[in-house]
Amino acid sequence: MLNVEPSSLQRATAQAPHLQEPKVVAKDVSVYYGEKRALFDVSVNIPDRGVMAFIGPSGCGKSTFLRCINRMNDTIPICRVTGKITIENEDIYDPSLDVVQLRARVGMVFQKPNPFPKSIYENVAYGPRIHGLSSSKAELDEIVQKSLERAALWKEVKDRLNDPGTGLSGGQQQRLCIARAVAVNPEVILMDEPCSALDPIATAKIEELIDELKQNFCIIIVTHSMQQAARVSQRTAFFHLGVIVEEGNTEEIFQNPTDKRTQDYITGRFG
Amino acid sequence: MTTDRKTLLSGFMPWRTSTPETTKATAAASNELTRAEPALRPKGDDMNEHIVKSYEDELALLDRKIAQMGGLAEHILAQSFDAIERRDPKLAEQVVKADKQIDQLEREIEEQVISMIARRQPLANDLRHVMAALRVTGDLERIGDLAKNIAKRALAIAHESHPKPLMTGMRHMGDLALAQLKEVLDAYAARNADRALAVWRSDEQIDSMYNSLFRELLTYMMEDPRSIGLSTHLLFGAKNIERVGDHTTNIAETVHFLVRGVNIADDRPKSDDTSSTLFSKS
Repeated sequence: MLNVEPSSLQRATAQAPHLQEPKVVAKDVSVYYGEKRALFDVSVNIPDRGVMAFIGPSGCGKSTFLRCINRMNDTIPICRVTGKITIENEDIYDPSLDVVQLRARVGMVFQKPNPFPKSIYENVAYGPRIHGLSSSKAELDEIVQKSLERAALWKEVKDRLNDPGTGLSGGQQQRLCIARAVAVNPEVILMDEPCSALDPIATAKIEELIDELKQNFCIIIVTHSMQQAARVSQRTAFFHLGVIVEEGNTEEIFQNPTDKRTQDYITGRFG
Repeated sequence: MTTDRKTLLSGFMPWRTSTPETTKATAAASNELTRAEPALRPKGDDMNEHIVKSYEDELALLDRKIAQMGGLAEHILAQSFDAIERRDPKLAEQVVKADKQIDQLEREIEEQVISMIARRQPLANDLRHVMAALRVTGDLERIGDLAKNIAKRALAIAHESHPKPLMTGMRHMGDLALAQLKEVLDAYAARNADRALAVWRSDEQIDSMYNSLFRELLTYMMEDPRSIGLSTHLLFGAKNIERVGDHTTNIAETVHFLVRGVNIADDRPKSDDTSSTLFSKS
């Protein structure tokens, strides 16, 4: 019998997500708010089935860049985006692209949990319903249950699905928002400081959840907690003054960064 | 944050007053503590300070304690060589006592490192800083133990006559080990990876000296079985010095890791073949 060993390259690729075909590719992305330039020619490859963390001081452009990926910046009239962003080789700034469809492919979770003022069930069912992902009540029920399970919230809320989502605790609300995001089966999930309003236990639950979700999704997280970036991500990009100063494997960035600005920032030395 | 060891040690050298009878080696070791070092701070000079001042202070304190511990280790190592050479039981007892101070410092440094990891979650160069301190303190503690061990052998052979050529060989080996230790501690204080690398490479010399001393002692024992007791003690003493060299090499590796963020890549040349040398008369 022929025993075929996977080649060392195959093994390396399996271990290192960044060696795979990237999910999201940004090339020379610049963002202007009116006259002011917020991002300067940002280029980065974001792997699928993994977590990429964006770190950097406030106002460095990381959230601005994050919002380019689902074209949230379109909602700001004075905002102008140049350069190219592709998801699976598809240009997301192509004029023929349906932005609503794009936002179904690219889910987003915000800093403060923002459930709709509706029932827990409705919060999760809303997306699949408007995108026509289910044909029957039973099918929708299944999507809701599966999404809540994926967000590790099902056990806590299964007996009170008709209670208002706003009545949950902060951590539960954030997981509800994550359930809402995954319900439409996105490819990419953007998280903008998803834990900054949560206590350590709720934070740990979200981080555990991120670990689970990265098996199936491309996750991009903006965080101000170095430790969180170090814990949850495989790749980290350090933004400063609108450019990516350094981008690489998370372990490298936090153990032995090559750029002095990265080192100063993550060790708390920024002047 | 990093400075030469002279500055680190200023105002803290209690052992210097307690040892009036210093010989050449101890005097040399003590002089090193006060000798002016060129300020070599390749990475340190352009390093910004932490926003949190107390964090900066804690890292500096860690370096001061390592310098203090290193100075003590050097000092008692030199004393232990003197004790063997001069057959001085009093000096040997001093070494045994001083080793307790080293152990105490190791505990303090360990506690501080654990506390800093728990409270500050150091990253990047800070993480390497505290991890290096932890590793260096472990090696220095072992060196202190080895010095104590040598001193204990000095006690055991205090009443035997020492053949001069053997003592000269021991002394040379000891002086070399001491010089290496001193150099690596300076490299640590100055954050100089090149100097650490040079120390790391030259451990081979100690190994080959141990090698020849080993053969010499074997010959001596074969020629005169009455010398077996003394020779065995000297052999173990020499082995202890060789082990000091190994811990010095460990520290050199740590300094390299601390400064460059990567481990030393190439294989170290080895000259110790005593583990495969057979006892034969041919």
